[in-house]
Amino acid sequence: MIEKNSALVENAIKEYYFNHFDLICVPPKISQREFGYQKINGGMIRHVAIKDIKELHLLLMQETPSDVYCSNAYYSFPNMPMSEKDWKGADLIFDIDAKDLALPCRNDHSVSRCSACNDVILGKQNVCTKCGSTKSETVSVTCKNCIEESKKEVKKLVRILVDDLGIKNEEIEVYFSGNEGFHVRAINSNYEVLGSQERADLVDYIMFNGAIPETFGIKKQNNSKSTLPEMGELGWRGRAALALFGSKSKAPKVSRQVILDGYSAFQIRLEGMRQTIGARVDPKVTMDIHRVFRLEGSINSKSGFSKIKCENLDSFDPFLNACLLGEEKVDIVANCPVSIRLKNKKYGPYANERTSVPKYTAVYMICKGLASVI
Amino acid sequence: MKRNVLQPGIMDLAKYPFLAEAGDYLRDKGFNLEQLGHPDWAPLVEKAYGRIVVASSGQIYGSELERLENADMEILSFIVAVILLKAAGIHTLTRRFSLAEARRAEKYLQQDLWSSKDKKNLDLPLKIIQELFGVQVTVENDEFVIKVADYLQRAVHFHEKEWKLVNRRVQHGFVYLTAHETVRLIRTELGQYINSKIQSITLPAIPDTFKVRVQDLVLLASKFSDAPVVSSDYPPCVKHAIEVLEKGENLPHSGRFLLATYLLARGQTTDQIAPLFKNAPDYNERITRYQLEHISGSSGKGTKYQCPSCNKLRSENLCFAIPACDGIINPIQFGKKRGKTND
Ligand code: SF4
Ligand SMILES: [Zn+2]
Ligand SMILES: [Zn+2]
Repeated sequence: MIEKNSALVENAIKEYYFNHFDLICVPPKISQREFGYQKINGGMIRHVAIKDIKELHLLLMQETPSDVYCSNAYYSFPNMPMSEKDWKGADLIFDIDAKDLALPCRNDHSVSRCSACNDVILGKQNVCTKCGSTKSETVSVTCKNCIEESKKEVKKLVRILVDDLGIKNEEIEVYFSGNEGFHVRAINSNYEVLGSQERADLVDYIMFNGAIPETFGIKKQNNSKSTLPEMGELGWRGRAALALFGSKSKAPKVSRQVILDGYSAFQIRLEGMRQTIGARVDPKVTMDIHRVFRLEGSINSKSGFSKIKCENLDSFDPFLNACLLGEEKVDIVANCPVSIRLKNKKYGPYANERTSVPKYTAVYMICKGLASVI
Repeated sequence: MKRNVLQPGIMDLAKYPFLAEAGDYLRDKGFNLEQLGHPDWAPLVEKAYGRIVVASSGQIYGSELERLENADMEILSFIVAVILLKAAGIHTLTRRFSLAEARRAEKYLQQDLWSSKDKKNLDLPLKIIQELFGVQVTVENDEFVIKVADYLQRAVHFHEKEWKLVNRRVQHGFVYLTAHETVRLIRTELGQYINSKIQSITLPAIPDTFKVRVQDLVLLASKFSDAPVVSSDYPPCVKHAIEVLEKGENLPHSGRFLLATYLLARGQTTDQIAPLFKNAPDYNERITRYQLEHISGSSGKGTKYQCPSCNKLRSENLCFAIPACDGIINPIQFGKKRGKTND
């Protein structure tokens, strides 16, 4: 990031941590967590131990990191190298990212930015029309539909955590990720000891991966004797029944057909159901028991939004609730082919134009690489 | 372990002779090692030796527990077998014996869980599971119920699809299992428990009548290969495949294929790889060599088979990815690319 831009972003972040430090939610056992942070244009600094919330405040004020992370794990010695930390347990964490949901709207708000000349074009392009470079980066402007679709995944996830895994609602916290999705943290002592392999199977459960027809009563041989689950059943059997039948009245008819179609056809059905009834989380994040995860309440430098807690997911609007940087006007040159609505005001599209926008809008576009301070 | 929590009867001890109470029982009855060295007890030593031989071949030793008179012999032969093994000092043999004894006990645990279900007399089997392994099992109607986390920590070591959590009935944090599944789940731990008990005893001076059989055990063990060298920089999927084979459990064809192609790609020869498969229940040297040569391309048409992709292995439930697997698409790349650290 060029200096004028990084100065603006850094200043906005500093202001944020000065005014809104109360929004930071450090998970319990702060002194046993590993912290990590990054400064604009800087590398990742990990293995930082923090004694208490005051020390964290100090770090944020002194370093003004563009991104702050905190481990899901707790250790005896969080500041030691990984092999000497002495891992003691880790919260369950989940990442739901709109870019993994294969939504049709993605094309409408993805722009391709040439890595050589910074030219920006809507959609995908392989060769820059301006300079001929083949190197480009895809940037996505946060979209309302993406957020709404991600919310659906969060709801599926939370239902499974509560109904199937016995985690209480009070033990689950949902956060907007600060860019295009949500982060969920579940703190429950039954699960904190699980290793990576166990979490991999847990995540397969949550995503409805690897289900076999036998689980739903469909047999390879003698299929005519099969009986399908009922809609009232708990867990995947009940959810699969609901997805198959739709309603109680249709159950007998659909059931006959499903059994008639046989084993392989059911396998294909299961595969299809994965997308609809499984919760689409990023498995790598949940499996990682040493991950440093974006700190709750901190700024995400991919957007300048806050990773903010969603008390009420339905009414949560990131363009309003997570947009917490300063309001004063900043003069920029914007090259942003997609418009965006922040705090109920529409900005753009801009085709290499000078304009004057509130700081939060300027930072948003600068973080996306779609504007520059004059 | 706390004494006398389980309060097993003599028949129980015959079924579960690894319980600490078995030793107490024999002491109470006045048995000692010196006495067992008397030629009169030769049949006992033979029985104990047989118990090990059966185990070493991957079989489960069958007890005759129909008559109570046999119970003492069952308990004693286990203890003498342990002493013989300890004197021979061969880990492979001890491991095999422990696993086979675990399987034997598994059979009884399952019977006990099953038959006592109506009588509401599940105390002993459930207590064994709780005391030895810290797994709390409750009974609900016809099913055995354990915590999801307790389930996962054990079930991830199985590679059959039906053990995946997604194929289980899961409700409010608990998994519902049959008696058979419940005991199957703890088999490995039971084996480890027996193994560690054997490791932990101190060997008394053994009677001369035992010594011949100890020699025989050393001879017997020389037929088995020692555990092959497992490099710590193998990816988890490969390590897992090796572990399964080491335990003498069955590894599906796809797992053997992974192991062979991976090790060949890492420059090992078929001669080096073949011994790995020795512990497999269905091992046949000629067939194994033929298959390895086929995979390596040194026989027949000469197509060299490639190591399957992570995606393929994931779909076969052979993937046990860890953070270090981030960003790789084939096990061959493991350890060569650095994983990502942040989100
Ligand atoms: S990700 Fe690849 S290398 Fe890692 S365990 Fe899975 S299959 Fe093996
Ligand atoms: Zn260009
Ligand atoms: Zn979208």
